[in-house]
Amino acid sequence: MTVTDDRPAPPAETPRRRPNRVLALLRNSWRQLTSMRTALVLLFLLAIAAIPGSVLPQRGVNPEDVRDYFVAYPDLAPVLDRLGAFDAFSSVWFSAIYLLLFTSLVGCITPRLRDHVRALRSKPPAAPKRLDRLPQHTVFAVPAGGAPAIAAVLRRHRWRVEVRGDEVSAEKGYLKETGNLLFHASMVVVLIGVALGSWYGWSGNRVLVAGADNAFCNTQQQYAETSFGPQVDGADLPRFCLQLDDFEARFLESNGQPEFFNAKVTVDENGGTPRSAEFSVNSPLRLDGANVYLLGHGYAPVVRYTDRFGRSQTSPNPFLSTGDIGLTGEGLAAFPDANVDPATGERDPELQLAFTGLYLPTAPQEAPFVRSEFPTERNPLLNLVAYRGNLGLDAGIPGSVYELDQRQVDAGRVKEVGTKLLRLGEVWTLDDGTTLEFLGTEPYIVLSVRHDPGSTLLLVSSGTLLLGLMGSLFGRRRRVFFRARPADPADESSTPGSSLVEAGGLPRVDHPGFAEEFTRLVAAVSGAGRRVDPDGQAGARVGAE
Amino acid sequence: MSVLSDQLVTFSILAYLVAMVVHAVEYALGNARVRVGPPARELVGAGVGAAGGAGSGPEPTVRAATTAQRTAARARAAGLGAVAVTVVAALLHLGALIARGVAADRMPWGNMYEFVLTVSFIGVASWFVVLWKRPTLRRLGLFLTLVMVLLVATAELLLYTPIVPLVPALNSYWFIIHVATIVFSSGIFLLGVVPACAYLMRAGYEQGRRSFPYLLAKRMPAAAALERLTFVLHAFSFPIFTFAVIAGAIWAEAAWGRAWGWDPKETWAFISWVVYAGYLHARATPSVKRNVATWLAVLGFLTVMMNLFGVNIFFEGLHSYGGLD
Ligand code: HEM
Repeated sequence: MTVTDDRPAPPAETPRRRPNRVLALLRNSWRQLTSMRTALVLLFLLAIAAIPGSVLPQRGVNPEDVRDYFVAYPDLAPVLDRLGAFDAFSSVWFSAIYLLLFTSLVGCITPRLRDHVRALRSKPPAAPKRLDRLPQHTVFAVPAGGAPAIAAVLRRHRWRVEVRGDEVSAEKGYLKETGNLLFHASMVVVLIGVALGSWYGWSGNRVLVAGADNAFCNTQQQYAETSFGPQVDGADLPRFCLQLDDFEARFLESNGQPEFFNAKVTVDENGGTPRSAEFSVNSPLRLDGANVYLLGHGYAPVVRYTDRFGRSQTSPNPFLSTGDIGLTGEGLAAFPDANVDPATGERDPELQLAFTGLYLPTAPQEAPFVRSEFPTERNPLLNLVAYRGNLGLDAGIPGSVYELDQRQVDAGRVKEVGTKLLRLGEVWTLDDGTTLEFLGTEPYIVLSVRHDPGSTLLLVSSGTLLLGLMGSLFGRRRRVFFRARPADPADESSTPGSSLVEAGGLPRVDHPGFAEEFTRLVAAVSGAGRRVDPDGQAGARVGAE
Repeated sequence: MSVLSDQLVTFSILAYLVAMVVHAVEYALGNARVRVGPPARELVGAGVGAAGGAGSGPEPTVRAATTAQRTAARARAAGLGAVAVTVVAALLHLGALIARGVAADRMPWGNMYEFVLTVSFIGVASWFVVLWKRPTLRRLGLFLTLVMVLLVATAELLLYTPIVPLVPALNSYWFIIHVATIVFSSGIFLLGVVPACAYLMRAGYEQGRRSFPYLLAKRMPAAAALERLTFVLHAFSFPIFTFAVIAGAIWAEAAWGRAWGWDPKETWAFISWVVYAGYLHARATPSVKRNVATWLAVLGFLTVMMNLFGVNIFFEGLHSYGGLD
């Protein structure tokens, strides 16, 4: 494992054996080798471990699909569930792989960071004895100004330069290692950002029907579904209230495909003055401490039920989309407080009323009336079934507001008392003389309200990750050396009496363009000085690649 | 416009097919060892400069040399012809994309059909850049045109989708940023897999293997050059792909309220990213053999293809706009 890289070598148990540099080097390179191999194996494992999460349904993505899977494979599903296959990305095995990988990563970058800082602060090394052994090599006449002039030119070309007597060493391309370290470190920060989000973040989903009566304020109870990080509780929620004023949607005439959404709301933050705001798909409403996302929309039919005592109740009931393009809605209008005797205040649980069924914004001309033809309200129609009896809402079992409690129906405590197609404005008189009137609809939207405290960190760290990656991939560490050498008397092209400069270049990584760069650099450095190239070539001997 | 686009796609498939055949002719004629004329940057203008070379000598040798030269010249002419036909095919391909975009009044990246067409176009366009810089790699064109025929024909035959506007979730400037970079990087990955496969065959050939797939690489460029090209293409593409994934996450935050949710598309993008990171690591690790590393690049491309086709077809997710019912 790479972590061991960081550990100082164990004290020599056998004092007799003197420290063998070759052995130490071997051991170090072996460690380096295994660590990179480890990282590779772990990366590969990580890729494989992600596959089940894309093949099997995931609770975090689509809980209904997981339920369906349990129904379809009753024997297999519990076994898979035990293995964490439906929460693959938070499972033990997935976490183990990425935690190991990140340990390896930290173990890998820490020593390299130290080395790199050292390299950044140290001077370019002295020139090797034989410059002609370097992949790039040339000789030219000393330019006016000698070594300091060469150094000045190199500095202008942004090389890090060190002059030692009449010898100049220069190095460039630290960006590669800087970038590489920045990249790997950013990855650690990305992970921290993800962790922050999952510990301190929260989210809640709910339906919001248009109108002042249906506004809600941000408390945990106001959500149909919530997901709170382990470090969050209800008291941490920011305070705001939201009211849907208007919702606009446009659809394509040809096929009903949605084209445009916009929700107009009134926001009341921290008890301040209410302000209006708009948001849409792709442009959420950003509040202080929470963002509000538009996930869906539909219609909430408004119906008025008038009971035996002539008392009426009106309620908008969001009929949830069944997922078709025509926005057919499915829902429930329940009246558990119906038929309470106004004289005695006595309520008869057997006389509670519920209407379930479909809402079709654009009903077809002929039966069956089960599927809307278009998402706007061109021929609105309610296709309802009425039930009377004990709805089971008093029993303390939290019931869905969108579905009739099927157990009550099965147990015979709720009975069907009629079916009806109800058009806008029509009144349905039930067998006991009570009535249901279809008054109209209100639009509703499906909201997701979320807070992710790690998101800024994620954004910043993925930016630095990208920068680091580019530095790492495109940076190239390389060195050049210049050394004065007495003129070779045998060389006729040199001016007698003047001395020569020998130049060598060493790319430290695979760098095909280095020869060209070296040639250009030498040309710049030799400046006024006349070039003397023993090979008569364009400057440099191309190194063996 | 839409009809025009469809016709252009058909013609471009035919043109790629022709280019492939002409490349095959070059391949059949060609003998990589005979080098004629200056290795200049010749893209078009077939066969010029083939006359230079060999000096005088004993008669039979001259004749042998001229025969070899003539064959080589023919091969070169075929190769340049193949490149010219590929250019025509790519122009038709581009025309199809533009016509499609004009007809739909948006960028032609709205569904799987358009996506595959654009990715393959990026692949072929980048091929011309590679060819411009390294003319000696021309013979790779055989594999490239094969890939183009396969991809564009798959798009045409299996994925064809009539034009519809974008759903609101896609209607965002992030659509352009995210999808353009995904398309672009996928196109380069697509091109990158061509030298990767050629390298794997050629490296085997250079090690003396003469069985089926290796023998195909007999007249391919040298293994080292192919390997280097593979790396350059992937090193170029990987940061763009990384950016595209990050842009996707930013967009997902705005559209769906979470930056990352392990939706199947996201999961497979993650897998591709990790595999390509593995490739770059493996290549930078001296102890890992180059052909092992290159296999990782090929694997990476398979995961990209899985994301492109497999995820649209087999899984249902938020990215379900492939346009297939
Ligand atoms: C989360 C897991 C990791 C990912 C996704 C990752 C990704 C990458 C990528 C994409 C590169 C390419 C940049 C380049 O080629 O210069 C790279 C380079 C590098 N990585 Fe990692 N890395 C990970 C973990 C590690 C670990 C654990 C180590 C140490 C063993 C490591 C050591 C290196 C080194 C030394 C390079 C430079 C290679 C070169 O000289 O070009 N990485 N990494």
